[in-house]
Amino acid sequence: MSTELDVFVGNTTVLDEDVYQLWLDGHTVSNAVRIRMEAGALQECEANAEVLHSDTMDQFRTFQMCERLLQSPSKVANQLLFQIPPHRQTMLIERYYEFDSVFAREVLGKKLSKGTKKDLDDISSKTGIALKCCRRQHVFKVVEELKGPLVENIQRHFLLSDVLARDYAAIVFFANSRFETGKRKLQYLSFQDFAFCAGQLISYWTVGAVNNVMEDLDVDLEKEFLHDLKDLKVLVNDKDMLDQHKSLVCAQLRGKIKVFSEMEASFKNLSRALVNIASKLTHTKDFRDLFIDLVEKFIEPRRSDKWTIGDLRLFLKHYSSSVHTLEAFRHQVIWDRYMGVIKSCILKMYHD
Amino acid sequence: MPGKLKAKIVAGRHLPIMDRASDLTDAFVEVKFGNTTFKTDVYPKSLNPQWNSEWFKFEVDDEDLQDEPLQITVLDHDTYSANDAIGKVYIDIDPLLCSEAATVISGWLPIYDTIHGIRGEINVLVKVDLFNDLNRFRQSSCGVKFFCTTSIPRCYRAVMVHGFVEELVVNEDPEYQWIDRIRTPRASNEARQRLIFLMSGELQRKIGLKVLEMGGNAVVGYLQCFDLEGESGLVVRAIGTACTLEKISSTLPATATHPSNSSPSKDMKEPGFGEEAPGVPLSSGPPTPLRAQTFSSFSPSKSYSRQSSSSDTELSLTPKTGMGSGGSAGKEAGPLKALLRQQTQSALEQREYPFFPLTAFPPGFLLHVGGVVSARSVKLLDRIHNPDEPETRDAWWEEIRQEIKSHAKALGCQAVVGYSESTSICEEVCILSASGTAAILSSRFMQDGPLDTEHRLSRQPLCVFSTGSERVEGDMGSSASLGFEEVVSPGCGFCHIPYDELNIPFPAQLTYCYCCRRYKVPDVLFTTIDLPTEANVTGKGCLIQARLCRTKKKAQGEGNATVISNLLPFLEYELHTQLMNKLKLRGMNALFGLRIQISIGETMLLGLASATGVYLTALPSPGGIQIAGKTPSDITYEQHISNMQKKINDTIAKNKELYEINPPEVVEEIIGSPIPEPRQRSRLFRSQSESSDEVSELDLSHGKKDAFVLEIDDTDAVEDIHALLTDFPTPAGFYSCNTEIMPGIQNWTSAIQMFTSVRVFRLNASLTSQGLNKIFSDLCENLLKSLYFKLRSMVPCCLCHLNFTVAIPEDELIQVAVTAVAMSFDKEQLLENGKQSGEKTLIKAITENDEQLQFNLELNAETPSPNPLSSPKGLSEVGSHLSARALSVDYSSFADRCSSWIEQLKLKAHTIRRGSVKTTSSMEKASPLPEGRSRSLRSNRSYSGSSVAVVKMTPLSFIPGAKIIKYLGIINMFFIRETTSLREEGGVSGFLHTFIAEVFAMVRAHVAALGGNAVVSYSMKECVFMENPNKNQAQCLINVSGDAVIFVRESELESTSVQTQSATTHTSNGAEGT
Repeated sequence: MSTELDVFVGNTTVLDEDVYQLWLDGHTVSNAVRIRMEAGALQECEANAEVLHSDTMDQFRTFQMCERLLQSPSKVANQLLFQIPPHRQTMLIERYYEFDSVFAREVLGKKLSKGTKKDLDDISSKTGIALKCCRRQHVFKVVEELKGPLVENIQRHFLLSDVLARDYAAIVFFANSRFETGKRKLQYLSFQDFAFCAGQLISYWTVGAVNNVMEDLDVDLEKEFLHDLKDLKVLVNDKDMLDQHKSLVCAQLRGKIKVFSEMEASFKNLSRALVNIASKLTHTKDFRDLFIDLVEKFIEPRRSDKWTIGDLRLFLKHYSSSVHTLEAFRHQVIWDRYMGVIKSCILKMYHD
Repeated sequence: MPGKLKAKIVAGRHLPIMDRASDLTDAFVEVKFGNTTFKTDVYPKSLNPQWNSEWFKFEVDDEDLQDEPLQITVLDHDTYSANDAIGKVYIDIDPLLCSEAATVISGWLPIYDTIHGIRGEINVLVKVDLFNDLNRFRQSSCGVKFFCTTSIPRCYRAVMVHGFVEELVVNEDPEYQWIDRIRTPRASNEARQRLIFLMSGELQRKIGLKVLEMGGNAVVGYLQCFDLEGESGLVVRAIGTACTLEKISSTLPATATHPSNSSPSKDMKEPGFGEEAPGVPLSSGPPTPLRAQTFSSFSPSKSYSRQSSSSDTELSLTPKTGMGSGGSAGKEAGPLKALLRQQTQSALEQREYPFFPLTAFPPGFLLHVGGVVSARSVKLLDRIHNPDEPETRDAWWEEIRQEIKSHAKALGCQAVVGYSESTSICEEVCILSASGTAAILSSRFMQDGPLDTEHRLSRQPLCVFSTGSERVEGDMGSSASLGFEEVVSPGCGFCHIPYDELNIPFPAQLTYCYCCRRYKVPDVLFTTIDLPTEANVTGKGCLIQARLCRTKKKAQGEGNATVISNLLPFLEYELHTQLMNKLKLRGMNALFGLRIQISIGETMLLGLASATGVYLTALPSPGGIQIAGKTPSDITYEQHISNMQKKINDTIAKNKELYEINPPEVVEEIIGSPIPEPRQRSRLFRSQSESSDEVSELDLSHGKKDAFVLEIDDTDAVEDIHALLTDFPTPAGFYSCNTEIMPGIQNWTSAIQMFTSVRVFRLNASLTSQGLNKIFSDLCENLLKSLYFKLRSMVPCCLCHLNFTVAIPEDELIQVAVTAVAMSFDKEQLLENGKQSGEKTLIKAITENDEQLQFNLELNAETPSPNPLSSPKGLSEVGSHLSARALSVDYSSFADRCSSWIEQLKLKAHTIRRGSVKTTSSMEKASPLPEGRSRSLRSNRSYSGSSVAVVKMTPLSFIPGAKIIKYLGIINMFFIRETTSLREEGGVSGFLHTFIAEVFAMVRAHVAALGGNAVVSYSMKECVFMENPNKNQAQCLINVSGDAVIFVRESELESTSVQTQSATTHTSNGAEGT
């Protein structure tokens, strides 16, 4: 005796969010049934294992049928096969493209569109998460071929929420710029840290950030801006300017931060570290090392000097704003554009 | 040249990639109607082509418009080889032919391929310009409205009900033609789909003609079925009720047009004994073995093959038109010929079938219900040699209908309501079944006396009624003067027996009605109709199923047919025993919506009876079930029996609590005055008089055993009892019924979920009948369990119109398909309502009065009276001083049982008894929604702002909380899906899941294109699934039907009653949205 065929089709597609998550997590049907039983599904509606198995099978099959649509989410809204209320459609799509941040952290900086299948498998075994990587790869592939603003592109094509779209944008941006994120010293940084930094970079440093001309993928940093960053060197190379800058910052911070004396003593080093990072960004190699440089040359020394985050925030605030009063300095716009991003990135990355 | 059909192909989207090289498609469209074909230009290299074609115009006869579908084929242009077909869309033009239905078909329709399923969508516009055709002898019946709904449709008033219409057409099945060996599966499937479309169209047109001849303008309860007879052909048949409908003017306020809106709950919940003369002492009659009386005969088809075609004249109310039941007899046939034919007919009874496929009626229409009548007949299929002369099939059905008619007569009834016909085919054996509920319809609505030819020609209606309750009251008054009327409480009148109690067609205990105390009622009532809205019901109802699986020997031809027809009576008998047992186990006394399906396979017979059990306040409380052993010597055996007895008693008590069955009759007993005044009774005037009360009272008053006795002595009975006890109770928060409405629940929310579930079970070879029985029963129970689990988010909710269909697709396979709708209701409001209608207080009163009542009963010992079964001790006490029905089934001697059974058959009409009902046409019981609810409804509607319009589907005739403002026409679709890559499509489950989802999608899309936002009275009438896993192949046929409608939320109506018109357009716009 065996059930040969068992289907349930509702006029409005019946979707169980918990089972959907089990499916997304790549569980087998029997695994999912076990998990549901452990979660107490049998207490509902006087169900038994058979009922649960049938329901799980049926739900998995439904999701599988939906998957074709989910791969191009814009179709979900105007397809006729499944009648799904709009808020459920949004849930389906959002969950489908949600990813695990541990996984995402591993993926960062790797080339995504081709040849990474094996890499992804490695990551999968490393992070211990059974991942259906293809669906995310698919996002990257599509997005890389698109022109225009990255986040909006992702939102438009995959109908994702703002937050999730930004996360995707971060991954694509990192992959595109090939930032170094895998070094041991960077391991303490989470995916969310990087995603935040990516957001900053995309918002202020890329081509799309300045003009909304959709000529190319806007994830490329603006070449001209990177080139102009070299001009900031004057802040450390010009002795007068450096001293003037230092006295301005010291005047603002005196008595306000605990590490004032250390700051005063090492102001030249502090400034040089930040300005050097800026001036080297035109070189691809150095650019990829942006985060490692920030950590090695700025964050780690401050941490060993026991700067608090509050002190750091105050310092960075006045360090960047006091430049405005340097009459001889003529690159205020570039400076603000640079420091705005660097400041928020450092603050985000400044933790244990 | 009476019509011009215009079609415009606008665009396509989501087309499949047909050219692998470019990942694109060069699509164009062929538009075909009849023999004319137009083509669009090729739209190169796009998956979303914009053809924006000219209007293609077809000038055609309206006859063709009715028969033919518009056929749209999307193809991929290929310069070098043949063009590849992407898929097809069939559009039924019929809704456009009726002025009151849809005016245009416009929207995105799925492009369907029988091998690949849905492959993108196409946007089309279709219109019809009809020219008036005054030719009386025309062949078309444009303008006749069709409704699947088995009650008077919501926004119509029935001016007249003309009667029964039926028709069948036959053809060869393309699947079995020689050419099928050389053509592709796709070509074969398409030929079949197209043929069935044509046949349905033709059938509908012919039925329409009959309606026009009768002077009607609509068919209500249109039920069309296919018989896939394999080698011997394809039969499409339909029945319906011809009516003259009048649209209720939409300017009337909603409350006036829908009187039942207000609160039918009041009627239902009223104890219903207050105003009438109360308190007649009850008595019980002799034991009543429950008899499932069946007519089952087998006769080789040969004996009918030479039958003259004139025999089919009798099959219909209408004069035949000559081509009536033929396939395509000539156009010269007309009323003249019909006139000649009906010369032989004299009386109404002899000439026509007073059958009504309706299941719900306007108030006052249904007077009394006699019981279920059914007939079955086993036939050997023979190849239909000449499709134009299908008289063999006609004769078969005529035989059955005659049988039904005589059953009804035996029950003292002149009409059969809730009538339906069905078949089950296995190889060359076919079981034809018909069943209905014998009833007496209001004589004031009925044309009394025989209709003669003149009457007929002057198109006299058979009966006249209106749906408005205010009208009915008026009629009541006037009818009194006719001397036909007894004043009957609407809540119990239908329960009063229509037959002569001195000449009861079957053994039954009659008692005085527990509501009015004036007329006799049976102890149990079985019906095929819906519970009348005005019926007095105690507590809630529930789905009751009897399931049976019996093995049979493999046999061929006539031998096989004989074996089957010998088995049938036993099968039906056992089904009824089961039904009765389960009914009693739930403490209920009536069944509604009874549907018995018998399915035949090579080595087994399946029987499934489904019905909704309720406790009718008018009927006596059912006795308990008592188990008696045959061999009382054995102590352990005794113990076993007493354990079982205890279990049963507990179950009954639990069920009474669960379904809130606390019969109020005992309350009445206190205040009751013993006997109705003779004067009142003398006013009765009917052929089957009920005036012999006093006499029968003596007959019936001798005390009997209180309970239904099961004498167990063999495994058979143990198994039956086991089956009784293993029916799982519905989980908390769930109710279920197979009728339209559930007594005791009115406050539906707008949340509805229609679903179809299909299971196929593979059996091991060499199972005993008992083993099979258990498996089959478990299969159904588990399916129900799964449904409850799936729909648990809708709790509190009721599964309504649970429609089970069983089939034996091949040896060792059992297929069960269920279509139903889950409807949420508001629990808090339920309680409130309960209080309002006095239900709760009533219950309290009973429990409080319990002891007192017992006391009273004892005081009145000289008059036997019913026992309050609400007391837990009830069962034991019943025996001591009470007289309930005693049904004794002797399980010990199967042979005896059989012989007595057969005797019974011989003795009296082939009649399954019981059933009665009076029904209001409207189910519109949705009470006004609370504030919060209505707001959420509005937000619901904002969903239609999304790109695909939401289309609701329901097997019911109404949508809770909404008002249907327009019927757009009938949806009747037939699809075939086949695959040669079963594994790749997810196996059989994946394949069928996709197909059913596709069918839903196509129904929704066609409804939306008509401008509708819902399908009511939806049903899946056929789901034939065949697989061959070894070859990686499967095929499935699905036939669905329903009524496309536009509804608006009542909350919206209330707020903007003036804007009804704009609401309409708004809704349809929303539906048309892309």
